[in-house]
Amino acid sequence: MTDISSPSAGRAGRFAARSGLILGVLVAAFAVAAMAGPRYGLLLLIGLGFGMALEGFRFGFAGPWRAMILRREPQGLLAQLLAIGLVALVAFPLLQSNAGELSGAHAPVGFAMIGGAFVFGAAMQVVLGCGSGTLVNAGSGNAVGALALVFFALGSFAGSLHLGWWTGLGSAPVLALSGMEGLGITLAGLAVVAVVAIRLGTGGSARLPRRLVLAAIAIAVLAILNLIVAGQPWGVVYGLGLWAAKGAQAVGMEVSANAFWAAPGNAERLASSILTDVTSLTNLGILGGAFLVAAWRQGLSAPVAKLPLKAWAAVVVAGLLLGYSSRLAFGCNVGAFFSGVSTGSLHGWVWFAAAFAGSFYGIKLRPLLGLEPRQ
Amino acid sequence: MTRAVISAAVLLGALGIVAADLAASEPLNPFRAPPLLALGSGQAASGAHCAAPAR
Repeated sequence: MTDISSPSAGRAGRFAARSGLILGVLVAAFAVAAMAGPRYGLLLLIGLGFGMALEGFRFGFAGPWRAMILRREPQGLLAQLLAIGLVALVAFPLLQSNAGELSGAHAPVGFAMIGGAFVFGAAMQVVLGCGSGTLVNAGSGNAVGALALVFFALGSFAGSLHLGWWTGLGSAPVLALSGMEGLGITLAGLAVVAVVAIRLGTGGSARLPRRLVLAAIAIAVLAILNLIVAGQPWGVVYGLGLWAAKGAQAVGMEVSANAFWAAPGNAERLASSILTDVTSLTNLGILGGAFLVAAWRQGLSAPVAKLPLKAWAAVVVAGLLLGYSSRLAFGCNVGAFFSGVSTGSLHGWVWFAAAFAGSFYGIKLRPLLGLEPRQ
Repeated sequence: MTRAVISAAVLLGALGIVAADLAASEPLNPFRAPPLLALGSGQAASGAHCAAPAR
């Protein structure tokens, strides 16, 4: 006798599981809105959108840079530039006309900032995950991403403890472009990078596939929403460092005695719930959104990659370096590069150049550390 | 071991952080929450960001 109920039972099971996932997300966002306030529920939803877009469209930063360096494939990098340009088109006029309510991702260029970005670029190629990428990888069940994320948070906290010393090595005043002239310069800069990438790319590879165009639009829309709702651009690193700082405080460390955490804004974050912290909420959303897409695609049944002990040790060190260096660099690929450039900060451009240079070394290190077969 | 185990561990870890933080932090008060949108609220942006120097 043939069992004809299995396919329909399977479909019904998938439908129930997917309905449960959607319901779970909506309940979580509603719970945060009810407990903390509607803005925070909305920020969790925006974070979920980031996670779903990044995982769903397979949009990232580390992978496309690797593709550009190793195979001269510029499409992923061009999609990043497109997304940044779209955000800039909206962010510059908004920041100019609402300076009291909205702020850009503006930070000073300095020795530690440049060195931090360089190290971050190398480390992100070792684990093949940047700030957002590590969250997405962890949420979708990648063991390297999950391990790196823990040490990313610890590294970010450690970096915050030493930030004053590092910035004391020397930094310039904050320089940020603004207004229509600033927007024009930013778009021209993005166009120049795009032309260079296309020129350096392999022939005929400049056309963006539909997936990457949709990804760039989705990420740009979410980043603009982040700015409108939170009053500040999309970021990742601060939230991770805050989680580790709260953990250190819980085990008896006098975190508030440190100059960084004693600053009024940071002291307030340390005392308040992470459900009222912008980057914490979007980070939690990215984890959840990546999980949602992975579960929806039934991609969680794949086995975890088997790596030698040397590779896991390298992931731990790279995770620490990701967190520490991005704290010194005033952000990662999201807070410094994506949000910095799209809101006019010079440090975003310098971060891009330094991190891209660091990526060359990270790509060379990866096989030596046992994370991929040697060529 | 499958990716489902890693994913579940990550999500449980995140939920654990939220739960521990809720127990240790100042109580939430939705009635003192900022307006839904910062844009048009008339209030200065007060959140912390990775690009912002300590303030």
